[in-house]
Amino acid sequence: MQVLQGIAASPGVAIGEALIVGNEDIRIPRHFVMRDTVEREVQRLHRAMNVVEDEMTRDRDAVTIKLGEQYGAIFAAHLQMLRDPKLRKELESLIRDRHYSAEYAVSSTLRRYAKVFQQLDSQYLAERSHDLFDLEKGLLRGLAGRQREHLMNLSSPAVILAKNLTPSETAKLDRQFVRAIVTEVGGASSHTAIVAKGQEIPAVVGTGCFLADVSGGDIVIVDGEQGKVIVRPDKETLERYQATLETQRSTARHLATLRDLPAETADGVRIQLTANIEFPYEVETCLARGADGVGLYRTEFLYLGMDCEPTEEQHFQAYSQVARAMQGRPVTIRTLDLGADKMGLLPKQGEEDNPFLGLRSIRLSLRNVASFRVQLRAILRASVGRNLRLMFPMIATLNELRKAKMVLNDAREDLEDEGVDFDRDIPIGMMVETPAAVLMLDKFIREVDFISIGTNDLTQYTLAVDRGNREVADLYRPSDPAVLRLIDHCVRTANQENVPASVCGEMSGSLKYAMLLIGMGLRSLSVSPATVPEVKQLIRNVTLEQCQTVARRVLTMEDANEVDAFLREEIKRTTPELVFG
Amino acid sequence: MSHPTATCGVTVLNRQGLHARPAHMLVEAAGRYACEVEVIKGNEAVDGKSILSVLTLGAECGTELTIRATGPDADEAVRVIAEMFARKFRKEGSSEEE
Repeated sequence: MQVLQGIAASPGVAIGEALIVGNEDIRIPRHFVMRDTVEREVQRLHRAMNVVEDEMTRDRDAVTIKLGEQYGAIFAAHLQMLRDPKLRKELESLIRDRHYSAEYAVSSTLRRYAKVFQQLDSQYLAERSHDLFDLEKGLLRGLAGRQREHLMNLSSPAVILAKNLTPSETAKLDRQFVRAIVTEVGGASSHTAIVAKGQEIPAVVGTGCFLADVSGGDIVIVDGEQGKVIVRPDKETLERYQATLETQRSTARHLATLRDLPAETADGVRIQLTANIEFPYEVETCLARGADGVGLYRTEFLYLGMDCEPTEEQHFQAYSQVARAMQGRPVTIRTLDLGADKMGLLPKQGEEDNPFLGLRSIRLSLRNVASFRVQLRAILRASVGRNLRLMFPMIATLNELRKAKMVLNDAREDLEDEGVDFDRDIPIGMMVETPAAVLMLDKFIREVDFISIGTNDLTQYTLAVDRGNREVADLYRPSDPAVLRLIDHCVRTANQENVPASVCGEMSGSLKYAMLLIGMGLRSLSVSPATVPEVKQLIRNVTLEQCQTVARRVLTMEDANEVDAFLREEIKRTTPELVFG
Repeated sequence: MSHPTATCGVTVLNRQGLHARPAHMLVEAAGRYACEVEVIKGNEAVDGKSILSVLTLGAECGTELTIRATGPDADEAVRVIAEMFARKFRKEGSSEEE
């Protein structure tokens, strides 16, 4: 048995047989060929190129259908490189004039280009060098006459183990058979992690080297909750995880029966339970889990990993697609929340000493009004006949809110002048995630149609803690009484003025906090699509009075540990079936 | 008979430079013409039908380039490509309907 500790990238536990991907050495069998066989070598190169081209075309079409054009574009770029006439000429001439083997010609040429890309002063191009390595791998496999691992055509369940998955490999994963993913390299925000999470495949990344010790078919346990990978587990460990898995499955089966039942407390108080999504394809999960709508549609994906700013049309398509799929349920679109930890395309104003206190989110949008307007126009246009709501992130001052609304009004007037239709009554809201917004909420509340409390940032800004900083991460506690008092203040103010308030952020998806939030007076929670069923079950188990008692009690407490210990006990008592060990 | 040559100066207006999508579109457009297409930056001239060559130019936003085409349809090729630069490689008349 071998236990590895990596980074938990996508939750869930899985047990399965190992399938090792792309671990084969890219070995070049020989470097040179005899003069009289060069023509045969050139033919061999052409055949391999044709095979790879066919494969890529099929992949592009299949992935475009499955995940959308943005992923399909990965292959379109590869295809164009493969068809590059100059590349073809260079490869042929290395074989004909210098008697290189096809493999050696491919490898040396593509690596030379990759090196040039890496040296150019552009992060974007430096990343494109991965495409060249991807292409090199494909061609060498084609030359070896080996079929590439068809991750899309798996016929039995497997745990995918790899050094690193290229974007193309990750996008092709078939969630029907891929039980889990483990990669030796990568971080929690790597491409693999994002796609795995989006498809709800358990994943652990950054385990360090271990593939040499694994054989295909070995039993592997992947614990995506704790970031653990166990290779060839002993009997006891295997049994323990099998039991966990069985509990998870029977719970999942039970939770699935909740889909069409309302999120309503035992005494009949309806709670709006919506989901937070990042990618358009996640609406499927929202519907399958019976969410009441999309409470937070993050729009950063449109900007990340793109070579240029998204066009109005791309925005429009992404919003329309989700609104249409949600069939009249409300969808709240949050405008761009880039900056600080996330890299966008908008020009960076040099390095910032304190990025979380810097030019990010709404500040960045107000600085780049032209691109902000593109997004706002698209949201407005997509609102026709749909239940869309628009929300500004990270508002700290009234002035910011008013400026943002002014840009919105400009966009409306433009559309009006152009005779383009939009929903004139689209509700406008703001995220409350700075202590400043909480303290001034009585003023803000008159200028918005709804608020959404973002507990992640609110916690970080209230406690002055960067949760990405290991040294102080333990101070980051949404259950800190200071944070809870701010939330309580928000809910009271909003309820007094009859302005709908909801909570999005990791806090609302955690069972132990859901009771507390409802007790404080919230009637709308937005959680990750995967957690909708269990939060719904919790809501259906408790009465409003129980929640209110919990909230009253918690608001008298003095520290986060006390709050957490109390809430944990409370959950165990009210919803024992949802608490595993 | 020598082939006609056409040239035109262009400026990269895309914020992210002549990378990925713009480069992709440029190469695709060049590939549709029979003439040779060169993209020239300073005294470096590369084949406009080769994506790898165009990318290695590393043309950032604001870079001035010359497009030179040689062949029967050189005039049209240069005109169309120069327009693409001016439009920041946005598609023409993209449908705004759902």
